[in-house]
Amino acid sequence: MEKLKQEQNNSDCMGKQPGHNDEAGPSLKMIGIGKSFPGVRALNNVDFSLRCGEIHALMGENGAGKSTLIKVLTGVHPMDEGRVYLEGNPVLVRSPQDAQRYGISTVYQELNLCPNLTVAENLFLGREPLKRCLIDWKRMNDEAECLLKELNILAEPTAQLDSYSIAIQQMIAIARAVNTECKYLILDEPTSSLDADEVQRLFDLMRRLKKNKVGIIFITHFIEQVYEICDRITVLRNGELVGEYEIENLPRFELVKKMMGKEIEVLSDLSVHKDESSSESEVPVLEACNLSSGASKVAPFNLKIYKGEVVGFSGLLGSGRSELVRTIYGADKAVEGQQFIKGESVTIKRTLDAMKHGMAYLPEDRKAEGILSELSVRENIIIALQAKRGIFKRLSRKEMEKYADEYIKLLDIKTASKETPIKSLSGGNQQKVILARWLLTNPEFMILDEPTRGIDVGTKTEIQKLILKLAEEGKSVAFISSELDEMLRTCSRIVVMRDRQKVGELTDSDLNQETIMRTIAGGEQ
Amino acid sequence: MSDLKGNNKLSKSTFISFAKSLASNRLTFSVVVLLIVVVQNIITTPGFFKITIANGLISGYIPNILDEASELVIVTLGMTLVTAASGGQDISAGAIMAVAASFCGLMLNGSEYRTDVFHSPYLLALLVGLLGGALCGAFNGFLVSKLRMPPMLTSLILFTAGRSIAKQITHGQTIYIMNPVYKWLGVQIPGVPIRTTIIVSTVTVIFITLLTRLTSLGLYIQSVGINDASSRLVGLKSSVIKFLTFVLYGVLAGLAGLVGSSSVGSVNSGELGLGIEMDAILAVALGGNNLGGGKFSIAGSIIGAYTIQAITTTLYAMNVRADQLNVFKALIIIVIIVASSDVFKTKIKHFTQKIFSKNVSVGG
Repeated sequence: MEKLKQEQNNSDCMGKQPGHNDEAGPSLKMIGIGKSFPGVRALNNVDFSLRCGEIHALMGENGAGKSTLIKVLTGVHPMDEGRVYLEGNPVLVRSPQDAQRYGISTVYQELNLCPNLTVAENLFLGREPLKRCLIDWKRMNDEAECLLKELNILAEPTAQLDSYSIAIQQMIAIARAVNTECKYLILDEPTSSLDADEVQRLFDLMRRLKKNKVGIIFITHFIEQVYEICDRITVLRNGELVGEYEIENLPRFELVKKMMGKEIEVLSDLSVHKDESSSESEVPVLEACNLSSGASKVAPFNLKIYKGEVVGFSGLLGSGRSELVRTIYGADKAVEGQQFIKGESVTIKRTLDAMKHGMAYLPEDRKAEGILSELSVRENIIIALQAKRGIFKRLSRKEMEKYADEYIKLLDIKTASKETPIKSLSGGNQQKVILARWLLTNPEFMILDEPTRGIDVGTKTEIQKLILKLAEEGKSVAFISSELDEMLRTCSRIVVMRDRQKVGELTDSDLNQETIMRTIAGGEQ
Repeated sequence: MSDLKGNNKLSKSTFISFAKSLASNRLTFSVVVLLIVVVQNIITTPGFFKITIANGLISGYIPNILDEASELVIVTLGMTLVTAASGGQDISAGAIMAVAASFCGLMLNGSEYRTDVFHSPYLLALLVGLLGGALCGAFNGFLVSKLRMPPMLTSLILFTAGRSIAKQITHGQTIYIMNPVYKWLGVQIPGVPIRTTIIVSTVTVIFITLLTRLTSLGLYIQSVGINDASSRLVGLKSSVIKFLTFVLYGVLAGLAGLVGSSSVGSVNSGELGLGIEMDAILAVALGGNNLGGGKFSIAGSIIGAYTIQAITTTLYAMNVRADQLNVFKALIIIVIIVASSDVFKTKIKHFTQKIFSKNVSVGG
C-alpha cells in the first residue's frame, strides 16, 4: 500500500493529493489504467480512487473516457494495462457478474429493467426469495416494500414497472443495485431525464446511501448538480487523467476549463441579437390558433412565431412543452384548431406535410426517435431530404456523399468515416448528425427539443451558437431545454407551460430565472 | 500462404485484420456454407460441373439446382423485404402460391378440370393469378401495418385458410391444364435452350434489386425496419412502406405459384409450395439478415436460397430418402442457428482475441 501511495504522489498530473490522512483511506483504487480500441487510445495511464461514503464526480466531455473507465472497472471491457485494488487487495474483474460479486453495482443511463414486470419482480429478478423451489411471492413483496420505504421511493411493489415515471424507475434501478450488498455504486447520468424535484429526491437517496458508507461514482453533465452533492471530482480529457480535486478547491469555471482543456469563450458572450423589427404588423412564419391535440396531450393554444426568432418553451417535464411542438409538427395529430404558415391556412396531417412547409423537428429522445442506429452517418444525414424528395427521386450516391462530407465538416462531426454506423458515435456527435439531417432540408422553422441533453459542454456551446446563427440567417427556431440559463442565453421570447397548458409568454425584462420559475410554479400571475 | 506460416509479423497481422473484416461481413457465412456444399459435391459427384444439352435444354447438376431453386428464390426475395421492413416473417407464401395458381387455373380451364383449350387469354390468366397473390399480400399488409398485428400471427390466417380457399376456387379438385403453352413458364419456351424458371427467377432478382437500389425503397425499408418512430418523424409513411412490402411479397409468392404449377402442368392446391415459407425464412437467416428487421442483403438471401436447394439436391444425390431429408436439414439448421447466435459469436471473438494476444506476446 505504501508503495502505491508513493507512486501516486510521484505522478505529476495529479491535482491535489487527497485522502492521504483519511483513516479509511481510498477503498477502491485504479492505477495506471490503459485501454485501446481499434484505432483509438481510449484510456491512457489513468488513476482513480474512491473512498467509502463519498460521492465522487467523474467529469469529462464526450469521448474523454468516462464510460470506458467505468466499463473497465465493471468488467464489461478487459483492460490492457493497470491494476485495480479493493480495500488494498488487488482484484481482477472479468465480467459484470464478477463486479457485482465484489460489490460494484452500476445503474446505466439506459435502464436495464423489465418494464412489463412488477416493481418487486424487478427488484429481485434473478435472486427471488424461494420457498420449496417456488418463488415466495409474499416475502418478495414484503421485502420490496421494506426496501422501497427505507429508501423513500414512492412505488407499489405489485404495480407494473412501466406505470411509473422514468424518475421512479431510475430510483428502482438504484434500489435494485443497492440491494445486492453494494459497496460501490456507479450512477451513469442518472439525472438526465429527471426534473428538478425528482433530482432532489434522487439526491436524498444518494445522501442516505453515503451515510451507509457506500462509495458513489456520479457521472453527469450538469455542473450545478456536481457542486450540490459531490465531495470530490476526477476530470478526464481525451482518455487522460487531468486531475483529482476536492470540490471546495475547484471553482466552476476552473472545472469547465479543465474539462475543455482550453480557455472557452465565456458563455455569456453569446448574447441574443434582439431584432427590434419584430413588429406586430409582420406576418408570422407560423401561427397556431386554438390548436390542440386533445386535452390529455395539450389544451388549445395560440402561438405566433416570427422570422428570425428563437422562441423557448419552458416548463417542468410532463408540462406539455414537447407535446405542444409535436402538435405543431404533426407528430401528434391535432384534433382541433388551425395553423397558418406565412399567413396561409395549412392542414398538417403527417410529418411530411410539415416538412414540405419548411419545418424540421429534432425529437427529445435521440435514441428512440432520432437515430437510425444501424444505418451509416451518410444515410442518417440524407434520410429526411430523401423522404421529402420522394421514393423515385433518389439522390445519387455522389450527391449523398457530397452532402454528408459537407455537413460532417460544417458541424465538425467526429466519425471514423461517413459510412460508420451512427450507433458507434458518441451522443454529442449523434445529435450533430440529426441536426445535419434537418439543416440539409433547408428548413425555415426548426423545432429543437432538448438538443443539448446528455451532451458535453463543448458541443452544447456549439449547438447554442448554431441556433443563434440560424436565427441571424432569418430562420425561426423553437427551442426546448431543461436548462434555464441555456434558454435565457439564446431565446428572445419564452413560452411557459404548466399542466399541459400554455400559461404565459415572457419577453424582454421578464426574461430572467426568477420570473420564469415563478411562472412555471404558478400561483400569482 | 508460406508467408502466413512463417514468422512474418506484418503479414500475420494483415491476415488477422482481413479475417476479422471477413468475419464481420454478413455475406461471408452464407458464401462459406455454399462453398462447403459445392466442394462436397465436387468430391462426391464426378459430373458436377458437366453440362449437356438434352431435348434442346441445357441440363446438368448446376442448371438443375438453379431450376429447382427458382420458386424458393422468388419467395425468398419477398421474405427478405417483409423481414427487413416489419421485423417479422410472413408464413403464408405456400398458401398464396396455391391461391394464385388456382385463380390462373380457373381462368384457363373454366369449369372443366382437364382440358387443353384455354378459356381466356394466357397472359390475362397469369395477370389474374398475380393479382390474387397481391390481394393476399394486401390482406396481410393491412393487418400488419394498420392494425399493428405481428406478421407471423397475421399470416397464420392465410397459412391456415389459403389452401382451402384455393380448393374452393378449383371446386375441390386438382385441375390439369393440358395446353402445352401453359408449360412455357415452368419448363421451356420453344427454341429457348434455358429452363424458363431460371430466366424468370433471374429476372425477378434483377428487378427487385433494381427496385430497391434505383429508387429509395431499399433505404426506406431499412429505415422503417430499424426504427419506426424515427422514420415517421423524418417524413416516411412507415405503414405504407410496410404495406408495400407485403403486397410485393404476395405478388412474388403468386409468381412462384404460377411457375410451380406450370412446371407440373396442373394446379394441386394441397401440394403446391408446401413448406416453402420455412425454407425462405431459413434462406433469409442464412444470408446474414437480421430476422428482427432493419438492414438487409438481397445477395445474401439469394445465396442462402441456392445453398438450401443445393443441400437438398446433394442429399438426394447421396441417396438420402425424402423422409430422411428433413432430419439432415434440421441438423444444418442447428449449425446455422448456433453459429449465428450472439453467444457463439462472442465466444469466437474471445477465442480469436486470445490467439491474437498470444501471437503478439510471442512476437514482441
